[in-house]
Amino acid sequence: MEKTVVLNVNGKAWSLNIDPEMPLLYALRNNLQLNGPKYGCGLHQCGNCMVLMDGKAQPSCMMPCAAAAAHTITTLEGIGSGSSLHPVQKAIIEEQAAQCGYCLNGVIICAKALLEENKHPSDAEIREALQRVLCRCGTHTRFISAIKKAAAANAG
Amino acid sequence: MPAHHSNQPANQGRRNFLKNTGQLLIGFSLTQAPFAVHAEGMPFATPRVEEDSINAWIRIDAEGNVTVLTGKTELGQGIKTALMQMAAEELDVNMKRIRIIIADTGQTSDERYTAGSASIEGSGRAIRMAAAEARKRLLDMAAGKLNAPVSGLTVKDGIITATATGQSISYGALLNGKSIEGEVTGKAPLKDPSTYTLVGTAYPREDIVAMATGQPVYVQDLRMPGMLHARILRPPVYGATLTALPENKLTGLAGIIKLVRNGSFVGIVAQEEYQAVKALRVLQQSATWNKPPLQPMLPELFNKMAAQTDNGEIVEKNDSVDPAIAAAAVQHEAVYKRPYQMHGSMGPSCAMAQWKDDQLMVWSHTQGVYPLRSTLADLLSIPESKIRVMAVPGAGCYGHNGADDVGADAALLAMAVPGKPVRVQWMREDEHTWEPYGSAMLLRLKGGLDAQGNLLALKTELWSDTHIARPGGRAGHFIAGRDLEKPFTFSPGRFSGGSYRNAVPLYNTPRQVILYNYKGPLRTSALRSLGAYANIFALESFIDELAHKAGKDPAAFRMQYLNDDRAKAVIQLLIDKTNWKERISKKGAGLGIAFAQYKNEAAYFAIVAEVQVDKTARQYRLVKLTGAIEAGQAINIDGIKNQTAGGMIQSASWTMLESVRYNATGIQSRNWDTYPILRFNAVPDTEVFVINRPELPPLGAGEAAQGPVAAAIANAIFHATGTRLRELPLKL
Repeated sequence: MEKTVVLNVNGKAWSLNIDPEMPLLYALRNNLQLNGPKYGCGLHQCGNCMVLMDGKAQPSCMMPCAAAAAHTITTLEGIGSGSSLHPVQKAIIEEQAAQCGYCLNGVIICAKALLEENKHPSDAEIREALQRVLCRCGTHTRFISAIKKAAAANAG
Repeated sequence: MPAHHSNQPANQGRRNFLKNTGQLLIGFSLTQAPFAVHAEGMPFATPRVEEDSINAWIRIDAEGNVTVLTGKTELGQGIKTALMQMAAEELDVNMKRIRIIIADTGQTSDERYTAGSASIEGSGRAIRMAAAEARKRLLDMAAGKLNAPVSGLTVKDGIITATATGQSISYGALLNGKSIEGEVTGKAPLKDPSTYTLVGTAYPREDIVAMATGQPVYVQDLRMPGMLHARILRPPVYGATLTALPENKLTGLAGIIKLVRNGSFVGIVAQEEYQAVKALRVLQQSATWNKPPLQPMLPELFNKMAAQTDNGEIVEKNDSVDPAIAAAAVQHEAVYKRPYQMHGSMGPSCAMAQWKDDQLMVWSHTQGVYPLRSTLADLLSIPESKIRVMAVPGAGCYGHNGADDVGADAALLAMAVPGKPVRVQWMREDEHTWEPYGSAMLLRLKGGLDAQGNLLALKTELWSDTHIARPGGRAGHFIAGRDLEKPFTFSPGRFSGGSYRNAVPLYNTPRQVILYNYKGPLRTSALRSLGAYANIFALESFIDELAHKAGKDPAAFRMQYLNDDRAKAVIQLLIDKTNWKERISKKGAGLGIAFAQYKNEAAYFAIVAEVQVDKTARQYRLVKLTGAIEAGQAINIDGIKNQTAGGMIQSASWTMLESVRYNATGIQSRNWDTYPILRFNAVPDTEVFVINRPELPPLGAGEAAQGPVAAAIANAIFHATGTRLRELPLKL
């Protein structure tokens, strides 16, 4: 049942003895003890479990670990921490763009992926990039402001 | 606050004081002991503190660090920061010195539920008074040490200085080696708001740093050595009973530790989380149930509600209302409908529990650690003294969601695997189908105008299921409690609770309000703002209808019947900020206004909604929401703005999209496809203006937006189209 699967997460290769069918999210949260990706729906509907897969924002709640092994994965933890925050994280903190914060993972992951491709996104492009992420507290407009701020900081 | 006099032991006396007042316990203790739980770390099992100090609100240690203890929990509103600001302000210390411990039956006093937007009014007031008392006590001590009168002392960041001599001593040094306990006398002077340096500012929430970098924050992030994972097999529909559970189907599955079955309650405990998920899927496919049908369906539900006209509860009585409306030159009547709507937390409910050494530890995102503890004691037939419940933040809940239920699930499973911490995570469909919804409601409003368009009277009849079904010590309020072999029965208790919140108009006119308590088919309890959402939607739509019939500007019409200057001020601010007068006179623009004072006693809130309507496609787009809020003394201006903008967007989502679908076989809204909420492409722009009144007491602000937003959108659609929408969600 269990097999050795090598996952490349946050710049490290992790050799795990796991059920290869197990969705990536469970490996990230339980085997690697990462908190960034969150369980929200398990159905690719809410974006809480977003990770960067080869630089693209992708949900991790349904992709089997066996399939994820082929990709380079970055989680929220790998984007920035402590004194070396990513501009999006910095802007989120500065704009106080969070309430419960459960959706922040998906927001930051999607925003980072967006800014990699598009340094000067319009409001509409930011909304489009975050379309897969659900937020229940209604923090949307602050997220949009923060991402604009991060884009401006990037450009500056 | 009167001084507390009692010949009982101090602690006992304080307990009684709490019971007598029902909300405030202002005891505090000062001790040099360091504290095991730090501000932002994860609350693993820490030693239970001495019973005597459970009633403390403020602790100051030998280093001069201050720990604030609140019985309230963090629901994403930033309450931790606001409460720390209040303590730091009153104690004259930097925020860096302040830590906070949230609701924990082992450490904090019993503040019942974190609900009703009451944390600042209740806990905040207690903390402020305790902090003032601590400051007074320390100044008295310093006066002796520094040989100066209290009036000759100043404090800066916990350092007390005698102005005459320049000598100083820190809070920490004053306490060194001594443990002092005291109670709030109510005689300690509170600071003059004009001298505030922290309260009223937009002090940032530190917890956002942890959230933005993936540090452990939520109950879902708790991990413990030896932790087991569990899933619950929930029935397919309310009241279903398990007829067969072929356990042999689990044979060959890896990691299964235990299948727990008690009547129709089934939990599967596994070594790894995904093993529990796989086992759950097998059980879901193999279990058979006796399933009673759900009924009645919408819209028949509303007809049944309306047909119930006996035993009305008179909320507001005025015998002149019926004759006044009957004799009015213009009579108007309208019926409004609100479907069942859900909390829809992003993180499905989760809890951890451990039964070890004859003690049960439960970690939960409950809104009430003490009520959860007493309900667990009822469920498990063990004394409360053997149970400790610690609050750990979850995803935003906006009321009574599955938090308590999953706490009970975890406790039942932990009892079955002694010694092991058990983590129970609900699946998305568990949350969608089993959380208690905001009740469907029906409202019939009647009103009369004289020939000049003056308002003569208002009458409201409303039908609703309960909005308060929190556990409160009765195990029948847990889903699991009802499924056990020896089931606990559910009794809704105070039935009308929350149904008529904000049903009584604030407008100065004769008014009458009658409530018909209706027991509907779905599970209901507190959802953000309770009945206020539908009540204000109906009232503020109806006022708009009357203004239209009177040929008056709807904002001016409202102002005409408001006596409270604070109410008028939020409306006036919006009139000014949105260029209201010019824009409302344009036909087809799509502008709507609404107002309410939450609970008729908390924050004042007015809102202008702007919509764009595509008549041929029968669609509308919510372009912008502009809100004005006044919550008395603003503790954290940015926090109020964030809360209010969030409430506006959440309410817009309810109003435009949300309705729980169900049929005879059960709830059909099982995920985000079948229960859509607003996504980024449809979210309106928001702008929030805060009127700060530092000289007035702070008022609860967290739920002020819900009702007015719904009405403002309906009113804007009417302005744009001439079509009056009276059924939520609003569909053209």
